[in-house]
Amino acid sequence: MNRVLEVTDLKTTFATPEGDVKAVGGVDFAINKGETLGVVGESGSGKSQIFMSIMGLLARNGRAAGSVKFKGEDILGLPVKELNRVRGAKMSMIFQDPMTSLNPYLSVRRQMTEVLMQHKGLSEEKAAAESVAMLENVQIPEAKRRLNMFPHEFSGGMRQRVMIAMALLCGPELLIADEPTTALDVTVQAQILEVLVGLQRDFGMAIALITHDLGVIARMADRVMVMYAGGIVEKGSVRDLFKDPQHPYTQGLLESMPRLDERESTRLTTIGGQPPNLQNLPSGCTFRDRCRYAFERCPVERPLLTPFAEGPDGAIRSKACHLPSL
Amino acid sequence: MPPAQPLMTPTGAQTSSKGVAASKGAPLLTVQDLKVYFEVGGNRLLGRPPGVVRAVDGVSFDLRAGETLGLVGESGCGKSTLGRAVLRLLPIHAGRVVWLGKDLAKLNDHDMRGVRRDMQIIFQDPLASLNPRMTVGEIIAEPLQTFQPSLNRAQVRDRVKAMMAKVGLLPNQINRYPHEFSGGQCQRIGIARAMINEPKLIVCDEPVSALDVSIQAQIVNLLMDLQREMGMSLIFISHNLAVVKHISHRVLVLYLGKIMEIADRNSIYYDPLHPYTHALNSAVPLPDPDQERGKSRIVLKGDLPSPLNPPSGCPFRTRCPRATEVCAQVMPDLLQAKPGHLVACHHADYPRTN
Repeated sequence: MNRVLEVTDLKTTFATPEGDVKAVGGVDFAINKGETLGVVGESGSGKSQIFMSIMGLLARNGRAAGSVKFKGEDILGLPVKELNRVRGAKMSMIFQDPMTSLNPYLSVRRQMTEVLMQHKGLSEEKAAAESVAMLENVQIPEAKRRLNMFPHEFSGGMRQRVMIAMALLCGPELLIADEPTTALDVTVQAQILEVLVGLQRDFGMAIALITHDLGVIARMADRVMVMYAGGIVEKGSVRDLFKDPQHPYTQGLLESMPRLDERESTRLTTIGGQPPNLQNLPSGCTFRDRCRYAFERCPVERPLLTPFAEGPDGAIRSKACHLPSL
Repeated sequence: MPPAQPLMTPTGAQTSSKGVAASKGAPLLTVQDLKVYFEVGGNRLLGRPPGVVRAVDGVSFDLRAGETLGLVGESGCGKSTLGRAVLRLLPIHAGRVVWLGKDLAKLNDHDMRGVRRDMQIIFQDPLASLNPRMTVGEIIAEPLQTFQPSLNRAQVRDRVKAMMAKVGLLPNQINRYPHEFSGGQCQRIGIARAMINEPKLIVCDEPVSALDVSIQAQIVNLLMDLQREMGMSLIFISHNLAVVKHISHRVLVLYLGKIMEIADRNSIYYDPLHPYTHALNSAVPLPDPDQERGKSRIVLKGDLPSPLNPPSGCPFRTRCPRATEVCAQVMPDLLQAKPGHLVACHHADYPRTN
């Protein structure tokens, strides 16, 4: 079976004293075996909350509805014990700040071997040996000695490697990487991205890469989905989407980025205004207030994510916009 | 570890202004062999000497009026320290900062105050740099009232409203508080506060790093528009090379407190001479899948070495693909390779003329 993850009409809401906040407003997407799906969006677009919902990691006031199938099995809302068969083992997640996701009181050895002892029932000794091998896979020098060290003894880049190694211990089929390089310097980012590319080649897992950095997406992703105000506004193969963006928001994002390879420093094209308040979304299209193409239909009717073309490589392109083309 | 303490020694200012770029017109600011050191750790009671971090170690450059100089480098390379030392917000260990012909270190507090009006700073976290208990109007008016106490209330209010309009804020929001604004708008407030006295220099310390891409472009455009209109110089500090290249006229590349290379914006990207600049450029992912997948990439090994214990000779040698024996022994001088293009490397790409 080719589908690793299939998400249908996922909705995530947070209850707050001021009313419900719709962080994710009904999204559909799938991730195939061995591919990298890039998830792009600005803060508050819901890109992280989709995957927090899938992993059962929502804050206490959060609620997720819809269907999430991992290899055909519905996992949304499973009791913790059953969910743990899948999460951390077949599907694991890494975060932006490795220091806050590692336990500062426990040695890396303790934190890594625990995963293998829990999920695979290995002995401590065997688990330690596998942990060392995995640290070597993420290119940590002197892995054997480093295994006994504590998180604060590692640099930021090394800590992120430890996180990746830990996430891969049980050989997951899906790795969710939420802004894995955002806190790192570009030189270290380049190292981590190279490690991820190599590991995907060797282990064949699918990756969901969440980031706001379009450069990282261009380097890593096979397919991309662009999020805005809790919804997917455009989906397609990375090449189609970057070469010929068909949603005004995607177009605006690409144009507003200064490029290192520009010869002349022309004025940046900007998207005016700011993202809408999720508690009080505008009627119709959520992007219409900032859209340079908005017309009469946009405030009246919310555009649905609809397929509109097939790329040269057979990937379906879809967008949520009333305009047939830009 | 106790908080870092600036290390002060009154003497030892060597003013060998090696490698200062030839400038057209008198520079607004000249920095000569600037050193900013911090003492860390140590214990007086136990007689353990403190370590010394050479955050900025012998930096020289000129800044002309109306020019934007970008400072780039990895975290911990000293770029923020350099920006602050230039404004005399940090005590300097050695070297000179010359502002319009005056050595800032020699100015007394009264004269320094006069200079301060012309030098301002904006910060990375826009909300944290604004007093939550002051209204936007009060925040923007404060520098004006400090430096021009003769203005009456109506005049101050008019100037503040005009400045708000100029930076893209609605003047009728003058009585609101910072928390009522988004991150991008707070950065506009910070810019209005910095601009209200029409300064000659603004140090921008990672001003767009905390903002989303679409908002980042708005702020970059605003700074460039204001510069065109009002003619101030900018020192623009950021780890985002694409943004720095877009906004700057010249770019200075720092590594562990030392200048590796200075050149105009296009030379730094299209014609870099230092292996570190090469590596930085090639590490930045371009938003173009074809170029990204086709390009050959220089991936540096390891991390920035500890500034407490920097490598001997050239600080970059431990990660440098071209390092040889001489690099461990001698720190290369910053020399001119071409007019306006200076590089500190024993193995730079071009034969250098001294």
